[in-house]
Amino acid sequence: MFTWDPRWEVVIGLEVHTQLRTQSKIFSGSSTSYGAAPNTQASAVDIALPGVLPVMNEAAARMAVKFGLAIGAHINRTNVFARKNYFYPDLPKGYQISQMDLPIVGLGNIDIETAEGSKTIGITRAHLEEDAGKSLHEDYQDATGIDLNRAGTPLLEIVSEPDMSSPAEAVAYLRKLHSLVQYIDICDGNMQEGSFRCDANVSVRPRGQTELGTRTELKNINSFRFVERAIEYEIERQIDILEDGGSVVQETRLYDADRHETRSMRSKEEAHDYRYFPDPDLPPMVLEESFIESVAATLPELPAAKKARFIEQFELSPADAELLTASRAVADWFEEVVTNSQADTKLIANWMSGELFAALNKAEVEIDQSPVSAGQFATLMNRITDETLSGKTAKQVFAALWDEGGDVDGIIEAKGLKQITDSGAIEKIVDEVIAACPDQVTQFKQGNNKVIGFLVGQVMQKSQGKANPQMVNKLLQEKISQ
Amino acid sequence: MLSTLPRTYTSKLQANLPVSPITVSELSAQLRSGEISSVELTQDYLQRIERSELNAFISVSADSALAEAQTADAKRAQGDDHPLLGIPVAHKDIFCIEGTLTTCGSKILHNFIAPYTATVIQNMQNQGLVSLGKTNMDEFAMGSSNENSYYGSVTNPWSSAGEQLVPGGSSGGSAAAVAAGLAPAATGTDTGGSIRQPAAFCNLTGLKPSYGRCSRYGMIAFASSLDQAGPLTHTAADAALLLNSMAGFDTRDATSLDTPAEDFTRHLDDSIDGLIIGMPSEFFSSDLDPEVASIVEAAIKSLESLGAIVKQVSLPNSHLALPSYYVIAPAEASSNLSRFDGVRYGHRAEQYTDLVDMYTRTRTEGFGDEVKRRIMIGTYALSSGYYDAYYAQAQKLRRLIADDFNSAFEQCDLIVGPTTPAPAFPHGSKTEDPVAMYLNDIFTIPANLAGLPAASTPAGFTKAGLPVGLHLIGPYLQEAKLLNAVHRYQQETDWHLRSAPGAAATESA
Repeated sequence: MFTWDPRWEVVIGLEVHTQLRTQSKIFSGSSTSYGAAPNTQASAVDIALPGVLPVMNEAAARMAVKFGLAIGAHINRTNVFARKNYFYPDLPKGYQISQMDLPIVGLGNIDIETAEGSKTIGITRAHLEEDAGKSLHEDYQDATGIDLNRAGTPLLEIVSEPDMSSPAEAVAYLRKLHSLVQYIDICDGNMQEGSFRCDANVSVRPRGQTELGTRTELKNINSFRFVERAIEYEIERQIDILEDGGSVVQETRLYDADRHETRSMRSKEEAHDYRYFPDPDLPPMVLEESFIESVAATLPELPAAKKARFIEQFELSPADAELLTASRAVADWFEEVVTNSQADTKLIANWMSGELFAALNKAEVEIDQSPVSAGQFATLMNRITDETLSGKTAKQVFAALWDEGGDVDGIIEAKGLKQITDSGAIEKIVDEVIAACPDQVTQFKQGNNKVIGFLVGQVMQKSQGKANPQMVNKLLQEKISQ
Repeated sequence: MLSTLPRTYTSKLQANLPVSPITVSELSAQLRSGEISSVELTQDYLQRIERSELNAFISVSADSALAEAQTADAKRAQGDDHPLLGIPVAHKDIFCIEGTLTTCGSKILHNFIAPYTATVIQNMQNQGLVSLGKTNMDEFAMGSSNENSYYGSVTNPWSSAGEQLVPGGSSGGSAAAVAAGLAPAATGTDTGGSIRQPAAFCNLTGLKPSYGRCSRYGMIAFASSLDQAGPLTHTAADAALLLNSMAGFDTRDATSLDTPAEDFTRHLDDSIDGLIIGMPSEFFSSDLDPEVASIVEAAIKSLESLGAIVKQVSLPNSHLALPSYYVIAPAEASSNLSRFDGVRYGHRAEQYTDLVDMYTRTRTEGFGDEVKRRIMIGTYALSSGYYDAYYAQAQKLRRLIADDFNSAFEQCDLIVGPTTPAPAFPHGSKTEDPVAMYLNDIFTIPANLAGLPAASTPAGFTKAGLPVGLHLIGPYLQEAKLLNAVHRYQQETDWHLRSAPGAAATESA
């Protein structure tokens, strides 16, 4: 666990760009799908031909309002688009349409859980804006390629208050936000494709000091792990500077994951003057109450409500419920298993948080990419419940499902894992073991109860693990006591 | 060739004139009656354009024009009777037309072939209007003399032999083309007076509609909150016809008005008896050229003779219009023109060392002085630390100016005054003094700031024989009322029927 000199207090605020999963771009009708050949999803508007104009995509406004409602934020009934002016080859208009003074979503809150307990993180604002294109430096010599497919993709930039005081809190907040935007289905959350990107503002100050220290902005952090590591690196860097009597420079720094360091990108003096002003091409967006109500009607069950329901409906412990509602995909998966299984919900919860999550973590995949489907998992739970499988053989079946696919019953059949519950067959093996181990039988009879474990083990071994352990135990005790 | 065209227009007013301009309405009647075909008409205009030495056009689309004319004639043969079917028009080179060079008067777009068509042009093409070509203009519509064009200045057909006059600007090419009989009508755009001022200088009717009437999609932006397309014609009746074809809601322009389509000709013939005309004292200050003042006063007398009632009104903040405009328009322009960076289309410097050098050289080479001046003014006005003092303040003034009009229109139906402080001036006479040039638009700018419809109509001539325009401003969306007053005035006067000495019609008459 990362620690630092407790005389220093850390202040962190995050700016998260979430790509809204609209069909078309925020100001044009072009598709937003990822991975198309360069510039094949760039219309006249996206490449900023002379004379073209932006028109607001209502779906993007809907998603922004949905987010605002989900965090109980103030929705600005009148919000305004502004131009952020700067020159860059992948910014076709020479300005980005964003929101400045009147963003669509105002003050709100998100609650996070860390090892230290729960905490409320303030949301300053969330505003709509368009993404830029991409500059491609790798494929060209002495030139840069420009791909404008991404230009105009709708983003919701979610800006937090500087309320986080450790890298762990920053990550907890980011995970919570990541889960929420997927819960409410406004973002696919794909960090590799850049659908969910984070910039972190980090500063340190002597504990107890009220005014904030000079902050740096860390850019280009595209995974939870990198966010944590980048902030950790930056805290150490800033503390080192201050302890050496230096001062932190207000600047933008780029995180380099390969070298695990942050590098200066531009200082405050070099910072752009973006010359924000209201975009005269887009009248202020006025949100009618009926519009907001229609968005509210589409809000799904939110994580807190879902957790409460899981505890109530499935009789889960708060810890299990928290775990199983951490993402909508996990919660949906759990509910699908429950629906298709007669197994006890506690058994399902244990198996998901144990075997399944371990395998997912090991393979570094999300639950929606799990090679074991919820349906197969439900069957597996049924086979444990109906005593076809023991806990041990069930793990073998799970491993086979994960590695090779197939279906639960087929694997049980093929591997001969069906638990022996035929008392005649078990009795036969028990008799063999009693005959083969007279010393242990004698010890048991003399009151050494521990030795029963050895005898059960012998029976299980002879049955290749298929005998029902409870039945073996019962039969052994009966027969020896006779 | 024109001599072969029958003349059906028989106004008593033109009896003593050798040649009067040919109006769209007349041509419409001739096309309808079959006296002439669109192909013949188009050929005739193309020949006149070719003979002309005014430099009114940047490019001529002879082949596509004739093809469009053929299509129009075919439609006519099939019974299509639209009043504008087959009428040739010229378009300001600010409008994108698919497959045609679209320069906006700038070197930076000297090689830009538009891959799409502006909504206004598409609307007109849908009605069967034939596009003759693209007219000259001040670069990016910034100017009042057409002297800021990369394609050279334009000669006002009203110039006398010894003195070359400017046609006004920025729609100078369109105005010169119509005044010279190179097209019966033309499109223009008006950000601070760019339709009305050249109309006044060239003895035309120029209409700037209410902001939002005509889609701005495909019209290269100068100052987005002020730009508006409109027609340059000989008569108010023609302006109404043209506006019918240009206007309309466009889903591609969020600032276009979603109002039901209207027929702007519907009130043309209404009586203006009892119409209250406001005369703002601020428009008749001692700075006004005395000849212009007396011509405008005479025009107002004519309106009174038609039953209009003149009332003194006040627009107390009108002196703030020019300073407000020269912050807002350059601010918007500085941002709008950022897309001309040499990356995706248009001019790019041939040699450069890195990205910033490419930008710098491209834009240094591609833009003219006036455009650079306004980009710098606008960039400054939006800069951190200056925004509140300039841009925010200018927006407040804009609100005050709009409020003045709201108050004035509680007391009157229309507001009248001169279109320009003085008539057309010689080439080069104001190019060294930008502020003197800017003062040309002092009477026209307030309507842009307030988004109101306004028109200029020919109202008489100075002793030197130069046309003077009467300026009428209407309440928001009251184009029909505005055109009604102009039309009634034109029924009573013949100024608009006088042809320029340099008009092509004179040669062939």
